[in-house]
Amino acid sequence: MDKITLEVLRSGKKRTSYELKYRKGMTVLDALVEVREKQDSSLAYRHSCRMGICGSCGMNIQGVPRLACQTQVSTLGKETVKVEPLHGMRVIRDLVVDIDPFLTMHTSVKPYLIRENPSERDNSDREYRVLSEEVGRFLQFDFCIMCGLCYSACPTIALDPDYLGPQAIAQAYRYMADPRDEGWEERVELLDRPHGVWRCHVAGSCSFVCPKDVDPAKAIQLARVEVLKKRFLRKKPRAGSPLVSLVPVVAPKQGTKAPPFDFRKGEAK
Amino acid sequence: MAEVIDHDIIIVGSGLAGLRAAAEVMAASQGKGPTLAIISKLALMRSHSVAAEGGTAAVLYPEEGDSLELHAWDTIKGSDFLADQDSVWKFVTLCPEEMRQLERWGMPWSRREDGRIAQRPFGGHSYDRATFAQDKVGFFEMRTLYDKLQEYDGWSRYDETFVTSLVVEGGAFRGCTAIDMKTGRFVYFRARACVIATGGAGQIWKFTATSVSTTGDGIGLAYRAGLPIEDMEFMQFHPTGLIPTGILITEGARGEGGYLLNSKGERFMERYAPSKMELSPRDVVSRSIMREIAEGRGFKDEDSGLSYVRLDLRHLGREKIDSKLPFIKELSMKFVGIDPVEDPIPIKPTAHYTMGGVCVNDSGRVLDADSRQVKGLWAAGETACVSIHGANRLGSNSTAECLVYGRLVGRDVVRYLASEGTGPRDVVSPQVAKEETRIFDGLMKKETPSEDVYAIKAKLKEVMDRSVYVFREEAALTDAVREVRALKERFKGVRATDAGRQFNYNLQDVLEVDVMLDLAEVVALGALNRRESRGGHSRVDYPQRDDKAWLRHTIASRAESGPQFSFWPVRITMWKPVERKY
Repeated sequence: MDKITLEVLRSGKKRTSYELKYRKGMTVLDALVEVREKQDSSLAYRHSCRMGICGSCGMNIQGVPRLACQTQVSTLGKETVKVEPLHGMRVIRDLVVDIDPFLTMHTSVKPYLIRENPSERDNSDREYRVLSEEVGRFLQFDFCIMCGLCYSACPTIALDPDYLGPQAIAQAYRYMADPRDEGWEERVELLDRPHGVWRCHVAGSCSFVCPKDVDPAKAIQLARVEVLKKRFLRKKPRAGSPLVSLVPVVAPKQGTKAPPFDFRKGEAK
Repeated sequence: MAEVIDHDIIIVGSGLAGLRAAAEVMAASQGKGPTLAIISKLALMRSHSVAAEGGTAAVLYPEEGDSLELHAWDTIKGSDFLADQDSVWKFVTLCPEEMRQLERWGMPWSRREDGRIAQRPFGGHSYDRATFAQDKVGFFEMRTLYDKLQEYDGWSRYDETFVTSLVVEGGAFRGCTAIDMKTGRFVYFRARACVIATGGAGQIWKFTATSVSTTGDGIGLAYRAGLPIEDMEFMQFHPTGLIPTGILITEGARGEGGYLLNSKGERFMERYAPSKMELSPRDVVSRSIMREIAEGRGFKDEDSGLSYVRLDLRHLGREKIDSKLPFIKELSMKFVGIDPVEDPIPIKPTAHYTMGGVCVNDSGRVLDADSRQVKGLWAAGETACVSIHGANRLGSNSTAECLVYGRLVGRDVVRYLASEGTGPRDVVSPQVAKEETRIFDGLMKKETPSEDVYAIKAKLKEVMDRSVYVFREEAALTDAVREVRALKERFKGVRATDAGRQFNYNLQDVLEVDVMLDLAEVVALGALNRRESRGGHSRVDYPQRDDKAWLRHTIASRAESGPQFSFWPVRITMWKPVERKY
């Protein structure tokens, strides 16, 4: 492969093709950057970190929502790479879409630790005691980079824009599964609504496109279980992890590695 | 005409320092106080802080042997004694509270057997105090803070809004001008207090670990508003940037036991730092790598033409790599097709962290060239030079600084507003109209540009990579200054070629490159001036540290003819400088 053609759907209307020289390791983002810098300065797309962690460069590549920065041109198997804005979101310009509705859904599920006693959470010098296996129950869902690929791939969102969507439900579940959280009941109520967890048709496209293996489809199923526990088992919320009693700071033991000089403020000079 | 938007507090930048400051403002004012706005050229959760990987330093377990004194000493020694020691002390005392605060806000810290927060070894620290959550520490910290902010009402967000200038008049901050990228509107944010938290300037180099957004905007904003900037010649080159793009492979990889190998298969750190080996501070390791390459013991990547050495994790085994370094595995596999369980990773030093920045006092208040506080203006995080890191930052101290200083500044802003009251709003400064003219009648003038902004940017990066990298010397630096100045001259012929209103990224590129050129000039001149080797600044023609002449901070102020330099003393309150050996 010596050269490639990048075919971009611009502002939802016309397709423009750009010919580029292929180089080994070239990503779709590399190709877009080259177009803006060498051929067409008006091409609009978002990007930032180049390493698949900031979530900016989600777009539809060869018909599938992907991050441009970690999509190697060579893996697409074709010399013509078709790029479109993410579906299911309003196009503002070229590959830039309006993510505000998506962000609003995230905020709506109360994505933060809820405690009965918020002042203990916000003003304390201690920490909650959490075991590694407890972290393991929610960590995967915390990998979400808010790129919007799952939201774009979801067939339900396409029909029901008020549906919370896979990202928001996965985040609700992430906090429900956190042993420190005491907001289980509030979130069950948010999820057990007409546009909540029951709207999901289990297509699984969210998990298929997720670039970070968050597996939102699994989170939705687990969230449904929580809702059912409330409905049928009348499960009561549990108390969150306890604070650790900190050992008071004591003078260093003998044999502790110490700086080569005595620490006495103002001693030097 | 600029649309005027009024707020009490604006935070420019949405990385760790900016979001932490915002969370503190909201917590301190309980949502009833001053109105807060966060302005960022990215969507708020996309800032480069998400790319921080390995850890955040804090003394969590003094009863087990660590101590604040030891953290302070490691930091000061790591800084090659250029850090201001009273600031370092303040910093280390506040780090532990920040780790526990984030924990109580939901941070998924990795845990010890007993359910308490785990820590790992990191370069230059003489105790295992890098607090970590797998190898995505900055990412999880950002998520925690972004999510925490969703709990509060009463703050406004201006995502994808590019700030173009600060208005500072009569020794006080008045507001800032910006372009709303979503609509193309020119706006003036009028406010009583402002926190600059826009990160560093790593993008003036080509081989860099930083996001494309890390273009030094906030440092440039202060410099162009006539405020001094400090120690810009001290750039940290992180030893392990992935070939060929420079993206980061965390120091945690060496913290977990990774080796650096040359083409003879030797762990070459033995030659340079026999006691700390791979876990020496970053400047030491970067120089060692470049020496190995210079002496013919490196490898060469045929496609990119870059020379490199290898980071070998194979002996750690699959299980440890999967549990402690999963992101490193993902990056290696996705970007270069290497599974670190099977093969070593090709790396070389990559432009990573701007030790210098906007001059601030130890509360984060911005200072003018006479060391007087500018009323209503703060800077925090990588944008600011406190100076905690001096000539070389220790790994895991940057995210810690963002958190500690974000919080300090947030609290100080609320206090300041409570005492300064809420008088009538200023009249809109004539500077706002001038800025509008500069951009819309100047840079966006409809005429065929004589110069291409992208050619200038590419040339700048090439010059910096070649002449202002790990090792520096007089002739190359003189060349670099000349070339950067020639590029500044050429920039006068640049115009934005895209006339679009919404998401005109071409215009943003032009505005960024303009600032990058200013900063590159300060970096190169500062490096040329400083005839010694200290921390991240290593002169082959002046290989020794020279405390008599150069134990002082470089201060650059903008003038028509270019930067004017002066020097401020280093505040030494605890330990006198000694030879730095590892």
